[in-house]
Amino acid sequence: MSEDRAEMSEDGGESSSPSSATKPRGCDVSGGGDYLSPSADQVLDNVLDNVLLFLTSRRDRNAASLVSKSWWRAEALTREELFIGNCYAVSPRRVTERFRRVRAVTLKGKPRFADFNLMPPNWGAHFAPWVAAMGHRYRALEKLCLKRMRVKDEDLELLARSFPCFKELVLVCCDGFGTSGLAMVASKCRQLRVLDLTEDDVIDDEVDWISCFPEGETSLESLIFDCVDCLIDFEALEQLVTRSPSLKKLRLNRYVNIGQLYRLMIQAPQLTHLGTGSFSPSEIVAQGDQEPDYVSAFAACRSLVCLSGFREITSDYLPAIYPVCANLTSLNFSYANISAEQLIPVIRHCHKLQILWVLDSVCDEGLHAVAATCKDLRELRVFPVDAREDGEAPVSDVGLLAISEGCSKLQSILYFCQRMTNAAVIAMSKNCPDIVVFRLCIMGRHQPDHITDEPMDEGFGAIVKNCKKLTRLAVSGLLTDRAFSYIGQYGKLVRTLSVAFAGNSDMGLKYVLEGCPRLQKLEIRDSPFGDSALHSGLHHYYNMRFLWMSSCKLTRQGCKEIAQRLPRLVVEVINGSEEDEMEDDFFDVLYMYRSLEGPRADAPRFVTIL
Amino acid sequence: MSPPLVHDYIGLSEASSSSDKTSSSSSSTEDEKNKSSIDLNLKETELRLGLPGSKSPERQAGLGLSLFGNDLEDKPSSGFKSFVSGAKRGFSDAIDGSGKWVFSGSDGSEADLGKSSGNLFSPRSGKNGLMESSSTQPSSCLAGPSVREVVPPPKPVQEKKIPVSTANQHGSAPAAKAQVVGWPPIRSFRKNTMATNSTKNVDHYGKSGSGCLYVKVSMDGAPYLRKVDLKTYSNYMELSSALEKMFSCFTIGQCSSQGLPGRDGLSESHLMDLLNGSEYVLTYEDKDGDWMLVGDVPWEMFSNSCKRLRIMKGSDAIGLAPRAMEKCKNRN
Repeated sequence: MSEDRAEMSEDGGESSSPSSATKPRGCDVSGGGDYLSPSADQVLDNVLDNVLLFLTSRRDRNAASLVSKSWWRAEALTREELFIGNCYAVSPRRVTERFRRVRAVTLKGKPRFADFNLMPPNWGAHFAPWVAAMGHRYRALEKLCLKRMRVKDEDLELLARSFPCFKELVLVCCDGFGTSGLAMVASKCRQLRVLDLTEDDVIDDEVDWISCFPEGETSLESLIFDCVDCLIDFEALEQLVTRSPSLKKLRLNRYVNIGQLYRLMIQAPQLTHLGTGSFSPSEIVAQGDQEPDYVSAFAACRSLVCLSGFREITSDYLPAIYPVCANLTSLNFSYANISAEQLIPVIRHCHKLQILWVLDSVCDEGLHAVAATCKDLRELRVFPVDAREDGEAPVSDVGLLAISEGCSKLQSILYFCQRMTNAAVIAMSKNCPDIVVFRLCIMGRHQPDHITDEPMDEGFGAIVKNCKKLTRLAVSGLLTDRAFSYIGQYGKLVRTLSVAFAGNSDMGLKYVLEGCPRLQKLEIRDSPFGDSALHSGLHHYYNMRFLWMSSCKLTRQGCKEIAQRLPRLVVEVINGSEEDEMEDDFFDVLYMYRSLEGPRADAPRFVTIL
Repeated sequence: MSPPLVHDYIGLSEASSSSDKTSSSSSSTEDEKNKSSIDLNLKETELRLGLPGSKSPERQAGLGLSLFGNDLEDKPSSGFKSFVSGAKRGFSDAIDGSGKWVFSGSDGSEADLGKSSGNLFSPRSGKNGLMESSSTQPSSCLAGPSVREVVPPPKPVQEKKIPVSTANQHGSAPAAKAQVVGWPPIRSFRKNTMATNSTKNVDHYGKSGSGCLYVKVSMDGAPYLRKVDLKTYSNYMELSSALEKMFSCFTIGQCSSQGLPGRDGLSESHLMDLLNGSEYVLTYEDKDGDWMLVGDVPWEMFSNSCKRLRIMKGSDAIGLAPRAMEKCKNRN
């Protein structure tokens, strides 16, 4: 099934039916009745196949496939990249039967709120059936990107065995596998170019997977394993880097200390993306000890544009990175607990910076410095050192305001804080009109504007109103239904909305469901929305990828009605306790999504499908 | 697996902690109800946020433990699962075959906190959407007790009839608040990493080079390793308790964990007693590569020289003790 169907139907437009497709120009159809010119259909198919090869955007392809049967067929045969936003929306069998020549697959599993422990583990999203089906049908598979899937070592082994041309493996927020699985991939995927592991939960089986890469030159271009929290054999890693001349991206885990980093950097000055590992020495370094010349190692990396890591930073070594700052477009300090004083000398040089991730330890003052220098900033993320509701967060509306005044090209922001004002948010909405992603997390629940004590309605209202390109929004703080009425009124392009501890009544949710035609992903927790609000979205649920509502005021009956009215929707209900079925009528989690397949067979005990 | 009682290292039984909670929480629930009516938000209708079947064991977030996402609570029934899950699996910590739940242990669990310095961890709440008192977040910076009874604030999160010891409240509570599950929305990977980093920072780099911080712990017969940060313990008892919790799924027969009433230094022999009862002994590999019995030497010496730990069957460890003593004598 094509994702984003709704969008496609909007784009519809005219398309010539096959019968009216012109006969090929110059085709000689005169004369004898015995002459069988190639049918218009066949010619069209040939033309189509060749033309469709140029269509790469999946949305365009989805549109093309809706034109007619022959277009559908041609498109199915020529699509090489598959994107499946919800692994349960369609079955592996259906996919592999329709699309025959696939080289790249992106597959997403669990809903995002599962990352925050709002759902028991073992919910599903198993990669196993997919790798089995693809192993059969997609022998030419080269690339695989999985997000929030449960991937086992056996699956990785099957993958390594099934796809002789396999080149790129990207796993984001996945779990279920360990270093044994990685070893399989390393040793058997001889053409591997990319092995990217980002925020996965990797089991340490004590297998030295780095040593499992084959001897001789490798084609590795990207090796990202900063989330693999296992000791590695450094000598093996060094050897690997030495024999990987194409290596451009290398992100080390925290077990690589700065001395070892040095050794790797001098082997690979061609790197463009570097994750520095711990960025601290392995032992106490006494005064006057001979230390490697870190500065020149960095200076030698002339192509370095993206720097991250700093997992256990010893800030004395920060100056080593000065030589590369001027070229950096992306800097991730989000694991480095550094102060404003430590940040400023670095950021002062980063004129070209477009992406910056920091901890709030840099304070509003650090953000001022960012605003002063990084005029090209597109994306900013400020994470909390102390992720508690009542913690001390040293960033506030002051920092947000400074950023908005300095970085007018800002497109994406994620900002954790404890204190915020409507004024700062409104200012950002006006100063940064290009904002596409706005995620503000005021960590104390129900926090109002800390100066006026009013709800944060006006601030978020201004964002949806003034940022005309906004597609993703996450709200927080004290919010009434009014905020949602703004979202419904102005958020016409919003595709993803995250709501927590907000709203007064069903009207809040109704505003959104009735007002946002592009809404695809809606995740709500702990907000007082009930069945009647849920019902107001019936017209739209088939157009959405999913809806998540946890700890709201839904009843089982209300959800059942939705399930009955919309048969193509899978309505999953997850109960708080395993034992008693239903205390009241309330339950914990509603997760519903459109699907061609009906209720899934692998649902665990705690999931009820209505 | 024997019921949870056995695993309560503080010496409080489930029953006692329950009754404690009930009395104290019912009053707070009352207050919450009063306050809630004033509240703008319809929080009184707020639903349970509890984790399924959660037992709400105290979450022991020894830094080293949480980093690797090991389940810290004992889940007798979950067996392998508890090892497989990673930092993200907050839920699996709570799932327990007995289906019982314990309240966010503001009283009982505080004692646990002593073990892991500087970690803020909140126990899980029970089922029925109890209080979202639990959080999976080991907070990085705090030393001191995590979860408290909160002074009922203006906006209660839940109106639960069930006794709730800690309410997630926003507002003026002077004590630290109980943490809501999954809020703020930070992935466990990041939380755990920050937790580790903060200890290291606190230790200031001078120290971190010497001695061994993270050591692997393997147990004969267990499918996976664990890791612990020795710096988070100050004596053998803490270490032993932590390990016992970690590996309890595999331990046959419960060792004598009646809990030692707050004793600080643990005599070397006592540790062995604890573990002997369960047929396993705890051994370690020191800097020289020799395997020794844990408990023979003073704690500091041990934590400075330990490279890895191994829980081995008692029968395999018979030859070790004498060597350890000798070695110690030789050193001294």
